[in-house]
Amino acid sequence: MSRKLVIDPVTRIEGHGKVTIQLDDDNNVTDAKLHVVEFRGFEKLIQGHPYWEAPMLLQRICGICFVSHHLCGAKALDDMVGVGLGSGIPMLPTAEKVRRLGHYAQQLQSHVTAYFYLVVPEMLFGMDAPPEQRNVLGLVEQNPALVKRVVALRKWGQELIRTVLGKRMHGISSVPGGVSKNISLEERDRFLNGEEGLLSIDEVIEYAQEGLKLFYEFHEQHREQVDSFAVVPSLDMCLVNDEGNVDYYHGRIRILDEDKRIVREFDYHDYLEHFSEATEEWSYMKFPFLKDLGREKGSVRVGPLARMNVTKTLSTPLAQAALEKFHAYTGGKSNNMTLHTNWARAIEIIHSAELIKELLHDPDLQNEQLLMTPADNAWTGEGIGVVEAPRGTLLHHYRADRSGSISFANLIVSTTQNNSVINRTVRSVAQDYISGKAEITEGMMNAIEVGIRAYDPCLSCATHALGQMPLEISLFDAEGQIVDEQRR
Amino acid sequence: MSIQITIDGQPVVTEAGENLVDVAAQNSVYIPTLCYLKGKPCLGTCRVCSVRVNGHITAACSVPVTEGMQVEVDTTELADMRKALIESLFSEGNHNCPSCEKSGRCELQATGYEVEMVVSRFPYRFPLRPREVAADHIWLERDRCIFCQRCVEFIRDRQTDQKIFSIKGRGITAQIEVNTELANRMPPEQVREAADICPVGCIIEKGVGFNDPIGRRKFELQSVRERALGEEES
Repeated sequence: MSRKLVIDPVTRIEGHGKVTIQLDDDNNVTDAKLHVVEFRGFEKLIQGHPYWEAPMLLQRICGICFVSHHLCGAKALDDMVGVGLGSGIPMLPTAEKVRRLGHYAQQLQSHVTAYFYLVVPEMLFGMDAPPEQRNVLGLVEQNPALVKRVVALRKWGQELIRTVLGKRMHGISSVPGGVSKNISLEERDRFLNGEEGLLSIDEVIEYAQEGLKLFYEFHEQHREQVDSFAVVPSLDMCLVNDEGNVDYYHGRIRILDEDKRIVREFDYHDYLEHFSEATEEWSYMKFPFLKDLGREKGSVRVGPLARMNVTKTLSTPLAQAALEKFHAYTGGKSNNMTLHTNWARAIEIIHSAELIKELLHDPDLQNEQLLMTPADNAWTGEGIGVVEAPRGTLLHHYRADRSGSISFANLIVSTTQNNSVINRTVRSVAQDYISGKAEITEGMMNAIEVGIRAYDPCLSCATHALGQMPLEISLFDAEGQIVDEQRR
Repeated sequence: MSIQITIDGQPVVTEAGENLVDVAAQNSVYIPTLCYLKGKPCLGTCRVCSVRVNGHITAACSVPVTEGMQVEVDTTELADMRKALIESLFSEGNHNCPSCEKSGRCELQATGYEVEMVVSRFPYRFPLRPREVAADHIWLERDRCIFCQRCVEFIRDRQTDQKIFSIKGRGITAQIEVNTELANRMPPEQVREAADICPVGCIIEKGVGFNDPIGRRKFELQSVRERALGEEES
């Protein structure tokens, strides 16, 4: 008799999801899916609000990558009031650099959280380790010195976010046309030199390298497993600058194939010409894809692995050295090894720290010119913002009427872009680890979660829509029989 | 004429006819207010300044002091009553502080902090009052209105002295209105005055917001209590 395995909830991710795996009579996997079972509604609830509230309200979609949402919204509003990159108007240097500083700080602390708290436990203890060991508490027991450094790193990132945005979470600094404050010399020096209870930037860079070292050691010991786990080909997408290198704050969208040929490159303001989204009854998360390539072939991967595949170089020395090793490993081809996402993430931890150091030394941060005032006739009523969030390319698109009331909002978040590739990963791991096995162990089920966790998915961000996705409610009686079903 | 009253048992010498809220503040006793503005006529709409005067609970802003008056402010019962009034204002509107432009400059929010409100004891009504956005420079976020009537009484057309704002309807159907024609004649400084005089984020300037960074907003620089008591800005 066929059987269905269910992993519910998937743990150590942001948000709520479950996995179902369908087995036939011989325990062969016939299907496997990640279902995203939570429901939000931000695109709808922002309608009618004054446009200038959007970056403040919509960043509440997430408690992890709120800076990315805030900046994406701010970029969209820059466009809307007529002082944005969409109108070809460059941002004031101080405003852009302050925004970037907050963005890099968030990338650092978000990646450190995902990497050390959510991913490293399996690297140290193995996928088959008992659940009570393979978690952050197990990590504390096994390597307290490492955890102390991780806590210090996160604290440093959070404190920098607080300095730039006013709060550790859901702060406010970006307003249409710029930012509301700069960084004083006193504030800057705290992060450059450190103080009691706060690392210096050089210590941050030193600690940041531990993640990469940890990956190298793990890779050395488990090369076969790491390299063969969920090898999932995909197109890779990220924002790039004029040199074809990843730019986390602004750039053109570039999409590469497995041979690193450019499949598409365009101004993100034209995204609707290129992308469409599909929906499925079994998930609240949509499936974006390139229109002309279709649902499967046109789906893209975003995030650390995609960015390290797309970028030619990284602008900082330690990160560049690590990137060269990363690129050499696949001999110029794209890296499709899902667990190498953690390698890419470890490189980005270092890169973020180095980028922050560069910015902290930039005197523009202390400049007083923070805000551009739009001309009277500059209003466009529409804006699109895209940034590279920790989990990948994030897009906010708003329209507002002349009264200032938001009439339309579209958010395409990184995890949504990754929906197809995550599902392919789930199927791949299910085939390799579960298919045909006489006994299904907890470790096998955890392997599925390891595959999902590599993407550090944020299901809370990804299920923001309202009005297009099916909502199904089933009512069960005490015996588990369905007595009623409602579908919207 | 000099008179003597007592506030929480302490003798206070003051002038007859002075407003009780002002007399208390002059003597370092804070009474929260949301409709009363020093130097302006009493509105008596919000009742948040409720105290006990000669044994009867009344709104302090509506009381001119008289000889021998016995005033109780700082009792557990009265403090809780004032807190309940603040809570009811929160539950009767949609006060989404996290994304509200007035956050940090909002008197209702600041007073909520001052009375140590955590959550409303009353069920939230989640009213649905349509926003009024027709005026050129003024946006009315009606669900935040607490019907204090400051704008109604104190913001008037400078040419005709006509009221620009008004309350339409009664009870749960009441809502704030703005005369668009008069509103569009308001000079920028009067638009700003209207937004500032509003104790919540109901009257907001179009296209303006979030300009003060966190940590430098009005009530972060000086608390609502310190402001009421006239203390120096720290």
